[in-house]
Amino acid sequence: MHISKRGDISRKQAWAIRIGAILIALIICGIVTTLTTGLDPLGVYGTMFNGAFGSERKIWVLFKELSLLLVVSLGLTPAFKMKFWNLGGEGQIMIGALTTAAIMIYLGNTLPGPILMLLMLIGAVGAGAIWAMIPAFFKARWNTNETLFTLMMNYVAIQLTAYFIIIWEVPKGSGKVGIINQSSMSGWLPVIAHKQYLLVIVMAVIVTAAMHVYLKYSKHGYEISVVGESQNTARYVGIKVDKVIIRTLILSGGICGLVGWMMVSGTDHTITTTLSGGMGFLGVMVAWLAQFNPVAMVLSSLLLAFLSRGASEISAIYQLNHSFGDIITGIIIFFIIGSEFFINYKINIGKKDAEEDRKEGSDNV
Amino acid sequence: MFDLVSFIPRAIAQSIPLLLGCTGETLSEKAGSLNLGIPGVMYVGAISGVIGSFIYEQSCGGNVNPFIAIMIPLLACLIGSLLMGLLFCFLTVTLRANQNVTGLAMTTFGVGFGNFFGGSLIKLTGSEVPSISLSATSHCFSKALPFANDMGWIGKIFFSYGFLAYAAIIIAIVTAYVLKRTRVGLQIRAIGENPATADAAGINITKYKYFSVCIGCMIAGLGGLYYVMDYASGVWSNDAFGDRGWLAIALVIFTIWRPNIAIFASMLFGGLYILYLYVPTGGNMAVKELYKMLPYVVTIIVLIVTGMRNKKENQPPESLGLPYFREDR
Repeated sequence: MHISKRGDISRKQAWAIRIGAILIALIICGIVTTLTTGLDPLGVYGTMFNGAFGSERKIWVLFKELSLLLVVSLGLTPAFKMKFWNLGGEGQIMIGALTTAAIMIYLGNTLPGPILMLLMLIGAVGAGAIWAMIPAFFKARWNTNETLFTLMMNYVAIQLTAYFIIIWEVPKGSGKVGIINQSSMSGWLPVIAHKQYLLVIVMAVIVTAAMHVYLKYSKHGYEISVVGESQNTARYVGIKVDKVIIRTLILSGGICGLVGWMMVSGTDHTITTTLSGGMGFLGVMVAWLAQFNPVAMVLSSLLLAFLSRGASEISAIYQLNHSFGDIITGIIIFFIIGSEFFINYKINIGKKDAEEDRKEGSDNV
Repeated sequence: MFDLVSFIPRAIAQSIPLLLGCTGETLSEKAGSLNLGIPGVMYVGAISGVIGSFIYEQSCGGNVNPFIAIMIPLLACLIGSLLMGLLFCFLTVTLRANQNVTGLAMTTFGVGFGNFFGGSLIKLTGSEVPSISLSATSHCFSKALPFANDMGWIGKIFFSYGFLAYAAIIIAIVTAYVLKRTRVGLQIRAIGENPATADAAGINITKYKYFSVCIGCMIAGLGGLYYVMDYASGVWSNDAFGDRGWLAIALVIFTIWRPNIAIFASMLFGGLYILYLYVPTGGNMAVKELYKMLPYVVTIIVLIVTGMRNKKENQPPESLGLPYFREDR
């Protein structure tokens, strides 16, 4: 047996492999479901579908979750394209959310609405940017391992949030902040067209389009891909690698901070230590599944949002633990991860094939 | 007055899951595999042990044989973690997938797996107990040395733990020895530093990567088992294990990839983790959350300082997290 790298595989073929992997994964999930719970797998998938698309409200919630997840993934993407593993999305979301909540609580009733909103936005984006800039600075200056650094920053942010939640808790001793500014609604993102989540969804669309253009058509986007391919090449052509790393991470963290603002000001109106709920990590998978293509990320975040909504419906109806969804998500992602191998590589069985392949390879050169 | 005699045993009990997780992760990182699935593996290890022991306790109705009561969860735990390790290796080594994405997916899966079976085990097996409380099994796991009680504070500090705690320390010492002093360890380290060179020297990369990641996962899984069977007295509650898996990964950096240092460092982390219980905060509950931040802040500082000092022996393995394909050279 001999494994060789595929040349260019057509998009159609690549997607056929991916969809095939998802289908096999769904069948496996069905078998696992039946084995562990004794439920009819088709019924379970029907329920999942119903949980995601069953009513107008459910569809809005689905699209809200999709939008938040999508923006997180978009934020992580420029860093990943540069091969900077920003696993700190979780912390960057939390710190953005924390800043937003602080401004809402301390200044909510003193500043006029638009100024307050602007301040919250700047605060959240700034805080997220700083949170990502710290590891980026050390990476650029001393080549500190960014995967581990950003991972640790998550828990610093989460504990910082836990600290402030206890300071702000209402009533004292409850360990919860509750809905912030419930009566005055100051600092709440306005509701447009009577749809609570519409503005958040619109923002996600704008960020997607902007990120697509930024990565594909701007000079910055070009520099990011050169640094990602080879830092030495980048230095050779005169790109200041340090500057690109720090600049890109400010953008990456800023967008994650923006998600924190969207959640506190737009959707949840409160803050908890589990607000980000693993989105920083899910975002890594969404971005990677879409091969860092902003438009394809809409689909991959739809898949993950669907799984999460569907799974919570299953747990409600069949009285199963809500973590069932994580198992299904895990299995499906394993299959997609595995399928990438068959997209990138070709397996040749037998000696003759291998030789032909080598010949082909040399012809191409 | 700071009560050291009660503080130290609690800090050590806290430290054992971290030590096992850290030893396992160090082993796999030394071979160049950044396994971010460790938190998930520890959950799977814990729940596999719980499932095994739950079924055993239910079937024998209270009359447990101590030897079987220990062996069943132990084997179940090792098998569960081994399967997770094989999954990670199959995806990242054989199918050449990205380690970070695979690891995070494994954590999502593993934590979900643990919480799902922890929350639904009673319903799924159709038994009629109100909660998962494996007191008989836990009793076997946490049995201290017989003379611990007769020795006053010395007994309390040194001999009051279950056998897994001592096993954890032995495993850490053995792992450190194997990595540093044996041929196998040298080959593992060679792969972590520069797989292409190791390959050229005739070392079987695939074999050693599978070996170190799988053994690493099994060691880490024991950390989960210790937590639920000994520390938590056999009571499973969802998410109780918390972020200890990530703390174990932090510990790997803190100990600059040396399991023998991890024995004491994990006690330090364990102490920092529960320090807030012992420091008089005057009813200020908020400050204790800041104390919980300490292990992470300290780890970041270590990461920065070792990066700046740039001493060769204190660096992460050179090819940590990078894939290796012979054909790409």
